[in-house]
Amino acid sequence: MKFYRTHVLVAEDSKSLSKGAKEIEELLLREIRNLGLEKEILITPTGSLGYEDIGVAIAVYPEGIIYAPVTPKDVPLIVKEHFLKGRILSNISHEIGKKDVSLGISKAEKVLSVQKKVLLRRVGSINPESIEEYIAEDGYLALEKAFENGSEWVLNEVKNSELRGRGGAGFPTGKKWEFTAMAKSDVKFVICNADEGEPGTFKDRVLMEGDPHSIIEGMILAGFATGATYGYIYIRGEYELSIKRLSKAIEQAYDYGFLGKDILGSGFDFDIEIKKGAGAYVCGEETALLESIEGKRGEPRKKPPYPPTSGLFKRPTVINNVETLANIPPILVNGSNWFKQIGVPGSYGTKLFSLMGDVNYKGVIEIPFGVKLREIIEEVGFGVKGGKNLKVVILGGVSGSLISKEEIDTEVDFNSLAKIEAGPGSGSIVVLSEDRCIVDVVKNIAYFFRHESCGKCTPCRVGTDVIYRIVDNVSKGNGQREDLVKLEKLSNAMKLTSFCGLGQTTPNILLQSLTKFKEEWLAHIDERKCPSNICQFEPIKEEVINE
Amino acid sequence: MKEKSLIDLLHDVQESNPKNYVSKDLAKKVAETSNLSLSKVYGVATFYTMFSVTQRGKHIIRVCRSLSCHLANGESILNKLKEVLGIDIGETTSDGEFTLEESSCLGMCSIAPSMMIDDVPFGNLKEEDIEGIIKKFKEGAL
Repeated sequence: MKFYRTHVLVAEDSKSLSKGAKEIEELLLREIRNLGLEKEILITPTGSLGYEDIGVAIAVYPEGIIYAPVTPKDVPLIVKEHFLKGRILSNISHEIGKKDVSLGISKAEKVLSVQKKVLLRRVGSINPESIEEYIAEDGYLALEKAFENGSEWVLNEVKNSELRGRGGAGFPTGKKWEFTAMAKSDVKFVICNADEGEPGTFKDRVLMEGDPHSIIEGMILAGFATGATYGYIYIRGEYELSIKRLSKAIEQAYDYGFLGKDILGSGFDFDIEIKKGAGAYVCGEETALLESIEGKRGEPRKKPPYPPTSGLFKRPTVINNVETLANIPPILVNGSNWFKQIGVPGSYGTKLFSLMGDVNYKGVIEIPFGVKLREIIEEVGFGVKGGKNLKVVILGGVSGSLISKEEIDTEVDFNSLAKIEAGPGSGSIVVLSEDRCIVDVVKNIAYFFRHESCGKCTPCRVGTDVIYRIVDNVSKGNGQREDLVKLEKLSNAMKLTSFCGLGQTTPNILLQSLTKFKEEWLAHIDERKCPSNICQFEPIKEEVINE
Repeated sequence: MKEKSLIDLLHDVQESNPKNYVSKDLAKKVAETSNLSLSKVYGVATFYTMFSVTQRGKHIIRVCRSLSCHLANGESILNKLKEVLGIDIGETTSDGEFTLEESSCLGMCSIAPSMMIDDVPFGNLKEEDIEGIIKKFKEGAL
């Protein structure tokens, strides 16, 4: 084993790569070689460091300094000044955890006290393409512990932890596993739902790109607890880097004997295969996902039977979200009681959120359940961009809910949010400032659903189209008051009669906007005015005819 | 298990075709290999947005139309692309280089507005970046 006096980690998630992270890594290597420092300084890629919004970031240890944004011209300076002479370049440096964005003030303690890194612990500190680094950071320790204590212990620990699914519905993971464990079948499956497609959501991507082995370990453990011996990772075709890193991790896990036959001499066999999706939002719905893995059109199935007893190829199947599976190893390593010290009753543990929209800091954050939405926006997001007032927050993606200004003191956990008819959903937090137009936002969402309805059932296939056309009309100044009544009726019909969750949740934001922002809708219709000056109205047709 | 599904096969044949689509001949071949009717193959091929049954360009540009990109003025990027390439969504440039498509969400919301060209992601796009990026792709520099 080689020792280096300095470790330099270059954030190489897909966003950083789009900003030239690879080029920075190559420049660093070249500079270091030029100075003959290659035996003293290690340059290695890592996952997201949380600075993608401003540019390429590198972390330097043991100093614990992050440089961001790093441009090619900074590289020789960093190498000569810092690595050679030990002088830190203060103009682009940040202390880890003390991101001060553009505000020029450090809110270090506050930020750290709000965030808690359980799942993101290794993201940005290990090389995601190295199984050795994962193992060095307690990786595959849970698996070893599981084999020592048996499958029932694993199932009981997960049940005791009261972990709830992180995909949106919040179903207790232990219960799901128990159904499959009890189901009698010679073949059972574990599926990792990595079809992250909810607009405004990118948290699973950060995990897959930054710590892929944690997901693989979670899947093996799910298999061990339920008696499943084959796993699929169903992943979006668009997530190229995630596919690459997971494939590499799977290969390494086979080489090290964590996958395959008789894992670690336990007698337990488990295999994992990646199934690449082909672009269909509806495949995030678990039964549509099953159809897609079987190679068919991704149209949802009738429930019951439910997947835990009859899923893939009609066999008992556990389907868990990426984030849910990543929770399993830490729960087993530290125990379910440790897990229950994080969060609040009914919602234990941490939750990953994709924070974006009109906030000063955008990115993936990890928050223990029970923190107020206001705190997340103000302490982690550093408030609304440009010092503007908050208009509303879209929580849980475009099928989620609108949280008004008056409601942002609600704690973010399943039970508190249920009281205001909301939920953490996919973990997306979109912050909208006072400058935004609600009709414009609803129109974008309606456009999305119209495109993504799978067409299986009439309420959704026709409903999503009609909703879009009415909203589009209103946004162009051609709306009538009765359009709002139509929208409401249609929404309620879709909620009640759509075949799957897609159609049932399509109207969520629309309906809430009709009550919470009724005046704004009416301004578009009665006064032909967009209070935020965003919608572009068409000239009135009658006048054209009169001329 | 370890058996190629219809979707896997469609990915394979589309990737092997320089024109980036599942041609009639390829679809027939897939139907034969998988013992399915041609209509089943087309049913799947036309369901998913990543598959195309009409000829496409060498490079596929996917512009993100999600709410996050919309809030970051993603429309201006789309319009600029239309202008620079001289084509609309779903069309291919006459030199057969580029096809312009939209995506529901590319999952790069923190660096919106974003797009992907083939497997290369781009974020924090500005209108003025577009011409340069297209040029680099044409020259094969990216």
